[in-house]
Amino acid sequence: MALMEKFRKTEFYKSIFRHSYQDTQRNRALQIVDNVFLHLHPVRVPRHATNIGFTWGMGGITFLLFLVLTITGVILMFYYRPTAQYAYEDMKYLMNDVPFGPLMRNMHRWAAHAMVLTVMLHMFRVFLTGSYKPPRQFNWVVGVILLVLTLLLSFSGYLLPWDQLAIWAVTVGTNMARATPLLGHEGPFGPELGMRINNDVRFVLLGGTEVGPPTLLRFYVGHCIFLPLIAVIFMAVHFWRVRKDGGISGPESKKNF
Amino acid sequence: MADETIDTPQPDAPAAAGGSTPKISPTPLPRKPKQDRPPEQDPGIWRMNRRNLLSVAGWMGFLGFIVVSTVGALRYMFPRVLFEPPTKFKAGFPQDYVVGEVSEKFKDEKRVWIVREKDGFYALIAICTHLGCTPRWLPGDNKFKCPCHGSGFYKTGVNFEGPAPRPLERAMISLADDGQLEIDRSIKFLYEKNEWGRPGSFLPFTG
Repeated sequence: MALMEKFRKTEFYKSIFRHSYQDTQRNRALQIVDNVFLHLHPVRVPRHATNIGFTWGMGGITFLLFLVLTITGVILMFYYRPTAQYAYEDMKYLMNDVPFGPLMRNMHRWAAHAMVLTVMLHMFRVFLTGSYKPPRQFNWVVGVILLVLTLLLSFSGYLLPWDQLAIWAVTVGTNMARATPLLGHEGPFGPELGMRINNDVRFVLLGGTEVGPPTLLRFYVGHCIFLPLIAVIFMAVHFWRVRKDGGISGPESKKNF
Repeated sequence: MADETIDTPQPDAPAAAGGSTPKISPTPLPRKPKQDRPPEQDPGIWRMNRRNLLSVAGWMGFLGFIVVSTVGALRYMFPRVLFEPPTKFKAGFPQDYVVGEVSEKFKDEKRVWIVREKDGFYALIAICTHLGCTPRWLPGDNKFKCPCHGSGFYKTGVNFEGPAPRPLERAMISLADDGQLEIDRSIKFLYEKNEWGRPGSFLPFTG
């Protein structure tokens, strides 16, 4: 312990951690504010915020699942090649021969399923408690965008195993894009605007006129880079607005904790 | 008001108390008026001073760059060359097909059934009109059945059960110069648009 005390007094330690564990209001606030990872979190938490019965903790659980998905996703990328030739084999390889491969893939898969569920429950809770009302209207809109991004991430990840289930599920899913108004070649006003099978919105999604190798690559890049990037930006705005719009929502009677 | 005083040349301040610094020029050069505002008598609608002009030009340039690169990035997502199987193919000689049978010979590779009837041929595209799965030909039940959501089609391609909203599409079928059947999947004939009577949707053949 004496050694630890000595270490805490070194310039090395002090250059990283600016504040001690001294239990004063000021010091505790500084510890949160001066930490890049903690500073998104409020310095003080109202007592009602710890009431699981009110918030269900669903937003936090969703974020935790997003972190799990990011980490396991990066780990899976070390073995997965997004080409028609290798994708399915790499998935089988992960599941059968890579040490802890099944654990990583199953964590990714189950966390993905769970995240869709928790996002919906989070939305349900916000609706029930009326937390979408002013001044939180804008954050509800951001939340809706995050819900859509979650569903798109889920959908794009579905194709990556490149088995029959994946290919046909995505075939069916993207065929709905044919009927997009204005932008789909079978949708209202689509053909009139010059939409054909090889230039409409479905064509952009697939990178061709049918689900094929270019689709796999597009969905892979979308799933691993593009959509998470957009989601992170909206998540930062979402968390920021929670604090700026009056902190975590609580029961009416306890607003002024 | 403060900046106007800058424009007018100030009379030289009396030498500082120290007095040791030598004067460089006893009479200051006449200063040109700054051109950061339009001349008062300018009646034009584009009354714009130099600072505004540069600012607008800069932002227009930036906006133009953003627009052009966005258009470029969007166009980038539409490939010019597709590595997909050709839509036009030869399907062997008509004599190889048995009257009354649905041939699945080209189903896996080209997603087309070739049906031979007594008086000729037609080619059905093996894409369910519900959501695009590949139906199966069930010879025992004499119908096409989609495994995804249960849509059923008669041998002619007309839908009769399940969620499919319209009949299967027919592809262009013709006889090539060498006497083989030739099918072009990119030319389609839709029943609901009364196109099944058109030449190419059905190939009369009684050989």
